[in-house]
Amino acid sequence: MLIYFQQIVNGLMLGSIYAMVAVALTLGMGILRFLNFSIPGLFMIGGMLTWALVRDAVPWPLAAGAALLMAAVASLVVELFTWRWMRKADEFVPLVSSMAFLILFENLAVAYWGSDLQSLPQLFAGADWRVAGLVISVPQVAGLILSIVLIAGLSLILRKTRLGRALRTIAEDADTALLLGIPIHRIVPSVFLISGIFAALSGVLFAVNYRQVHPFMGEALGLKGISAMVVGGMGNIWGAIAGGLIIGCAEVMSIDLFGADFVDISVYGLLLLILMVRPTGLFGAPAGARA
Amino acid sequence: MSGYVEGILVLLAINVVFAYGAFLPIAAGQLNLGIAGFAAIGGYVSAFLSNNAAVPVPVAILVGGLAAAMVALAVAVPVLRTRGIYLALATFALGEIVRAAILNIELVGGAAGYPVVAFIRFPTIAAFAAGVAVVVWLLFATRFGIAITAVHDDERVADLMGLNVRAFQVAAFALGAGFAGIGGGLYAHHFSYVEAQYFGITLSISIVLFVLFGGTQSVLGPLLGATVFTLLPELLRGSAQWRYVFFASIVIVVMVLRPQGLVTGVQMPRLFRDHRERARTGRAA
Repeated sequence: MLIYFQQIVNGLMLGSIYAMVAVALTLGMGILRFLNFSIPGLFMIGGMLTWALVRDAVPWPLAAGAALLMAAVASLVVELFTWRWMRKADEFVPLVSSMAFLILFENLAVAYWGSDLQSLPQLFAGADWRVAGLVISVPQVAGLILSIVLIAGLSLILRKTRLGRALRTIAEDADTALLLGIPIHRIVPSVFLISGIFAALSGVLFAVNYRQVHPFMGEALGLKGISAMVVGGMGNIWGAIAGGLIIGCAEVMSIDLFGADFVDISVYGLLLLILMVRPTGLFGAPAGARA
Repeated sequence: MSGYVEGILVLLAINVVFAYGAFLPIAAGQLNLGIAGFAAIGGYVSAFLSNNAAVPVPVAILVGGLAAAMVALAVAVPVLRTRGIYLALATFALGEIVRAAILNIELVGGAAGYPVVAFIRFPTIAAFAAGVAVVVWLLFATRFGIAITAVHDDERVADLMGLNVRAFQVAAFALGAGFAGIGGGLYAHHFSYVEAQYFGITLSISIVLFVLFGGTQSVLGPLLGATVFTLLPELLRGSAQWRYVFFASIVIVVMVLRPQGLVTGVQMPRLFRDHRERARTGRAA
């Protein structure tokens, strides 16, 4: 019995990483109706830059901060090429450009750091709680709490502030928002900024907790993040948290029950099933962003 | 022909086949991100047939394509209920399930991959690629092409005009899957080895990139897109490490400058029509 509780704990920890990636994705879907494939690349930038700076003896909080800053800047560049200059394009085109950004980021990382798997030193040695026989890693719990706090903050911004109201108007209809005098070209970058920071922070947490990074680390995580977003309902940020935790647990449990070979079948089977039976996700979201 | 050149040309021909597989559903307004899964079905089925049943390779490849198309038909009904980005994600999940399922089938080697005994060279592959291109070109010269375009432009109006929208969408999806299956069979029989990991989302995304980059409005788009995408990284080979960096940058910039893709629907006919008209009337157009 204990082993199952331990698996659930592990699943929740993994799920909190998926949840942040899912939030980054779901913001773009909910507000701009744009599936931003550069998010996995920003996740990777967060992880790899943290590793590279820690390796060069930079203190880890500084390294993580620099990684977040870099990803935020990169995300603003993505905004120019997938949104600002693409308003008149077909709906698939920004998707293509964001995929090209993923390729770009990954191969920049390969060019700088090589394509090998790199390991981080253990930053928090012995930081484990033992509760009733369960092993709970403190940095992982800190990550889980941090992600929930940040997502709650984001939800508050969307519901209560002027920026949030503008974003929800853009989610309804960008052209109408423009007519109503909302400066969409000043506001839309904030969506990219927030999703870039969420994605990169998730990458930093992954690097610190699982201590392994490589240039293509974003792909698998990004795909799980997409699944989490769909499970939670696209555009629904609280759904993204729930989706992330569900996918994390489903993954860990199916490794335990059926073996590692069946993980993908169960995760993607769940995704396909939800898309067919209940395309709005388990928690139901309208087309617009729901805070 | 040197081995290097043949290798590139083979890849080009296979990519053209894949591109037409993705082009058909895109032309009908559906983004199939599971195209690699159908390629995997074609690759494995044809390899199994030519390895175990002594079926001639071209026949095995066609049967592989047929198998992929049948699977697509079977899943089209539930999957095509979804729309837009939901459809793209459903097909993506489907592709990943196919790949993960093959990893678990020991009969075809599971995760270790599956060796293929029979071997085909460039002429056979080129013939298949030309065949696929001609079939698509002919299809788009008929009512089918016009109907697909109508469904793409406005489903509701197409429906009001009496088109069976659903049937055309299913047909485009299944036919595209069939072409992807043929591409998978060609791949398996040239590289003498298939492994499920190759047929992942990265392959699906690259194939979709060929099509969107080349342009979705004309049957020439996928051909051009696949050609550019196969040759450009080779031309950039001089700077081995940086070539995909340059390559991705070029894609990003071209999509900004020409979001409709390199070739558009009006541009080609206009080129030829102007020419013909000028010849007829004798005036400068």
